[in-house]
Amino acid sequence: MVGLSHYLVLSTILFCIGIFGVLTRRNAIGILMSIELMFNAVNINFVAFSKFITPSEFVGQIFAIFVITIAAAEATVGLAIVLLIYRNFKGIYVDNINIMKW
Amino acid sequence: MLTGVPEAIFYILAGIILGSAVMVVSLKNIFHCALFLVLCFFGVAGIYILLSAEFLAAVQVLIYVGAITILMIFAIMLTAKLYSAKIRQSNEQVIPGIIIVAALLVATIFTLSRTAWKLSYETAEAQSTIGIGKLLLTKYVLPFEVVSVILLTALIGAIIIARKE
Repeated sequence: MVGLSHYLVLSTILFCIGIFGVLTRRNAIGILMSIELMFNAVNINFVAFSKFITPSEFVGQIFAIFVITIAAAEATVGLAIVLLIYRNFKGIYVDNINIMKW
Repeated sequence: MLTGVPEAIFYILAGIILGSAVMVVSLKNIFHCALFLVLCFFGVAGIYILLSAEFLAAVQVLIYVGAITILMIFAIMLTAKLYSAKIRQSNEQVIPGIIIVAALLVATIFTLSRTAWKLSYETAEAQSTIGIGKLLLTKYVLPFEVVSVILLTALIGAIIIARKE
């Protein structure tokens, strides 16, 4: 029997992999991909709670749909910013982009 | 359903998801990372089907696999030099990153293994799509409309940010 804790452990590991990517990637697109991994981990949590704790209502699934929508908006704006950075800095490696540090 | 089959499917899907996620954060060629991201999203869609959320699985394939990953690949094609495998893709924080992430993983799993969840054993409704559609247009109609305004704003914002001066 696959229980709630199986799904929670899976999503925890996926979330931690995403955090590792955000911490260590130099490429801005790689950071955005890791953020998408973390969104997916959160969505697995929502759907698992929806199935195992409130199976007669679909609140968790509806929230997951909203998360997917916000993730799409985030990816769009993020990639537009990446293109703008590429045009201004001739590169998207975030350790070269430090004009807001002093 | 046969005993043992859902477990086997779960472990296969979890292996696919975690393996391709590790590839996404560790490979040198960012284009290969995008392809492994597609595989990871398909695995998550399989997990949704296993959790009897068919509508969400379809949305996952349509939006994540169909839209977001294609957008990422577009951005990679427009920016990075693809065949420059010599460029370092990770910074010098790999060891501290592994330590921090391992600590977070242990803490989270310890916490959730000691939490008593209020499990409910009602049987779920068979057709989740009907229930989701009804709820989205009655109880959750305000967040639904707000989220569509957010999408429109993101669309206009992306165009304004990315256009040439």
